[in-house]
Formats: sequence, C-alpha cells, structure tokens
Amino acid sequence: MEKLTVSANPHIKGAATTQRIMLDVIIALVPAGVASVIIFGWRSLLVIATCVLSAVISELICRKIMKRSNTISDLSAVVTGLLLAYNLPVSIPLWMAAIGSAVAIVVVKQMFGGLGHNFVNPALIGRIVLMNSFAAAMSHWTLPVMYQSGADAITTATPLVQMSNGTAVKYTDLLFGTTGGCLGETCVIALVVGGIYLVCRRVISPAIPLVYIGTTALLTFFAGFDPLAQTMSGGLMLGAIFMATDYATSPTTTLGKVIYAIGCGAITSFIRIFGSIPEGVSYSIIIMNIVTPHIDRLTRHKPFGSVKAKGEGK
Amino acid sequence: MSLFKEFSKGIIRENPVLRLVLGTCPTLAVTTSAKNALGMGLAATVVLIGSNVVISLLRKVIPDKVRIPAFITIIAAFVTIVQMFVKAFLPSINDALGIFLPLIVVNCIILGRAEMFASKNPVLPSALDGAGMGVGFTCTLLLMGSIRELIGAGTIFGFAVTAGHIEPMMIMTMAPGGFFVFGVLVALANKLADKMGKKPVEHTGCGNCHACDGCSACESKEENA
Repeated sequence: MEKLTVSANPHIKGAATTQRIMLDVIIALVPAGVASVIIFGWRSLLVIATCVLSAVISELICRKIMKRSNTISDLSAVVTGLLLAYNLPVSIPLWMAAIGSAVAIVVVKQMFGGLGHNFVNPALIGRIVLMNSFAAAMSHWTLPVMYQSGADAITTATPLVQMSNGTAVKYTDLLFGTTGGCLGETCVIALVVGGIYLVCRRVISPAIPLVYIGTTALLTFFAGFDPLAQTMSGGLMLGAIFMATDYATSPTTTLGKVIYAIGCGAITSFIRIFGSIPEGVSYSIIIMNIVTPHIDRLTRHKPFGSVKAKGEGK
Repeated sequence: MSLFKEFSKGIIRENPVLRLVLGTCPTLAVTTSAKNALGMGLAATVVLIGSNVVISLLRKVIPDKVRIPAFITIIAAFVTIVQMFVKAFLPSINDALGIFLPLIVVNCIILGRAEMFASKNPVLPSALDGAGMGVGFTCTLLLMGSIRELIGAGTIFGFAVTAGHIEPMMIMTMAPGGFFVFGVLVALANKLADKMGKKPVEHTGCGNCHACDGCSACESKEENA
C-alpha cells in the first residue's frame, strides 16, 4: 500500500522557478547588450562584466556575513548587475560601477531581507546613488563608434537634451540606438525584441510596459512634444519593459498594474516636461514602487461569492 | 559603581539617538561634517547637564501640573546662554548650525531626560545621567558626521584624507546619506546592545522584572528608599 503524504498546499507546482525566470530575463537582455557593444565599443562589455561581478560578489559576501543561505544560483544578482550596467554611461570609471552594484545588492536587497523583500528596484537605486554621487561621470555621454572620427572619444548629448535644445533627432538613430546615452537604453529594437520574448515566455504581462509607454506618449503629445521621439529616447523602453515589471515591486492584479503604469508614465512625463533634469524614468519607477503596496490593497480581488461583512469597509 | 552606570548607560545601552531614537532631526541635519556634529553635540551636552542639575534641584518645588512649561523655561535659559557663548567665541559654528542651535530647546533628548530622570532623581545621578546622555549624543553625532564627511567629501574636520585621490560620493552629505548612515548605526547599536544584554545582570532593585537591565530607575529607587 502506498504511503499517504500529508502536506500543505500548493500540491501542484508549475515549472517556473526563480532561476528559470531570471534566466529568461537575462536572455531577453542579451540583444540590448550586444547592441551596446556594437554602438559603444568593447568597453561596454567591461562595464557590464564589472557590474555583474560586483553584484554577485556583494550578494555572496552579504549572505555569508548575515549567516543566510547562498542564493547566487537564483541568478537575481546577475539580473540586477546587468540592469544597472545598462543604466550607466560607457565611460563610467569601473570602480564607480562596482560601488553602484554593491549599493544595489547590499543596501536595497539584502538589508531588507533578500530577493522578494526589496521595496524598490535595486538597480534603479544603484543608478540614483551613482547619479547623485558622481554627477559629472554619470552624465558624460560618448558618441557611438560609428559616428566617431579620429582617436579621441567625442562626447555628445542624449537625445532628450538635444530635443529640449531644439535639435531634431532622427527616428532611425533612435530606433537603432546610435545616439548618446546609457549602455542598454539606446537601442529600441533590441529592447523591444527582449520585451516580446518575455511576454511570449509569460515572464511579464504586457500591461505595464504598454500602459507606461502609452501614458508617456499621450501626455508628452498633449504637452506639445513629439510623442514618438519621446517614447524612443531616454530610459523609457528599458525602464518600462525590464525595471517597472519587477515582481517584488509591482502590483499583482491587472487593474493594479494599469494604475501603477499610468502613475509611472505620468511622473516620467511630468519630470520630462516640467523638471530640471532631462530624464525621469528612474525616479518615477521608484516612486510607484513605493506606492505599490497601497495599490495592491486597493485592487485586491474579492473572493468569489463573498459578501462584505458590515463595518468591514475600513 | 551605580553612579558610573548612570553615566555609562547613555553611551551604548541607552544611547539617546541610536537606542531611544530621540533627537533625530538635529542628528540628520547637522551631521554633514564632523565639525558641525561635534559643535552640536557639545552644545547639547552643556544644556543637558545644566538643565538636568537645575531641574533635579527644583524637582520638589515645581508643581506637577505645569512641569513641562517649567522644564522648557529652564532648558531655554541654558540654550540662550550656550547660543550667546557660541555666537561670541565660535561664530563659524554658529553659522554652520544655524537654526538648529536655538532649536536645542525642543530637542527631545533634553526634555526626555528632564521628564524621565532629572525630575525623579537627586542632583548627582541627574548630572551624571545628563553627562552620559550628552557624551552618547556627541559620540554618535561625531561618528555620523565623520563617516558622512569622509565618504561625502573625502575630509575629516576639513583635513583631506581621500580628497583629491578618490572622487567623493556626494550623496553622503545629502539627506539620503544621512538616513542611510543613521539606519546602519541603529542596526549596529542594537546588535551591540543585544550582545551586552546577554551578560548576567544582578537583579537588585526591582526584583525579577525582565525589563530591569533596560530600566534606569533601579539604583536610584534604592537610594531614595
């Protein structure tokens, strides 16, 4: 006779593991990485490697000191490192990139309890800390290699800055990413390919990226900007597809996701239209990350057939 | 021994900033550099000792119903004295601390110690309590100020340490850096105090109360009895 095993639910599990999901995200990020090497040269690979290595080592040391289990194999640290690298300019000194990764992993992720307990996106905080610490190094944009002439690296402005100065930016440049900017944010095609892969693998739902990008397009259009150029420049594509969709920091219900994404889009647009800084994707996602628990509570599904008890409203 | 305990408890075990979480506002605001932190810490310590002594002396005179206004008046008198002194002899500190120097009047540490300790205890323990709390406050501020100045500007007390060699992380001298250092120090102080708490404690005064080693009423209760 077979033994009867009694255990708590869930009894049937899907094939999705943290490791598998993270691997999918890494695969989806590969096109943008390849594009960054083509656009900005081999140094971008060095920046990516530094960030990933620093993130993994920080995670390893941090877990060891806190006497917690080793979680390197879930690949989440690799994803954080990759995302941070994609948010940095190619000319960033490597030690700064390493500090950014360490801050992201140690301060935002491990100090709050590890994967799933981070209250905001770790890579974005890494970027914001670097942005506020090393403003000069973080806004030093190199011209793509195909536009370089001579031995010295020529600097340029990002499309958003160019547009606010009245210079027209070519759509083809934005699409292929041959503009100044952070490593992984410029090539729209590569990012969209990655996003479609993630949606097809059901890793992310398309609600957040579509609503986020749509809201930004709509609001910038009403403010008199070119919505197409606005959506294709800056960190919007990277942020909307890869960072705003982080499980731990985005709402779980579809309605919640829509509200969250509208918030992200609105804050991004307001910063771009009225703000003194050219780009607002990172701050908008962070702010909506913090609001996420409240959105979750407001949009909670009612159990089927349940009747609201008297006085249970608040 | 027990008198020394009144003094030493303020340094880690009942550190006003890190364990009692009082006086957070000046802590975060003035610790952008070691010099400001030291100035603020010393000014608050002088006020703390002075007000604790006077309040302890007057504790049987002050009617219970109006004790808070009375405490504040005494504290304000000492703050005014300190402020005049700083303005006269250390004008640069006065400029750097700005509004936070007169705001020592409403620093919760000082009113907190007056209410919790000085109004219930004799002069000498009160003075030592004030001194201990003041030293704890000053040490914490100095530590925070030094960390933030070192990482945020590469200097300590204005002397270049890593400045010129390593680009400083400016965020540490801004508000987020203050909160970050504060949080890490609170965590460390909790860890440290937990370790100290594991030592066997003699239960003399309040019986076998579990809160005994966190409570400062013990020795003084005995003395009063």
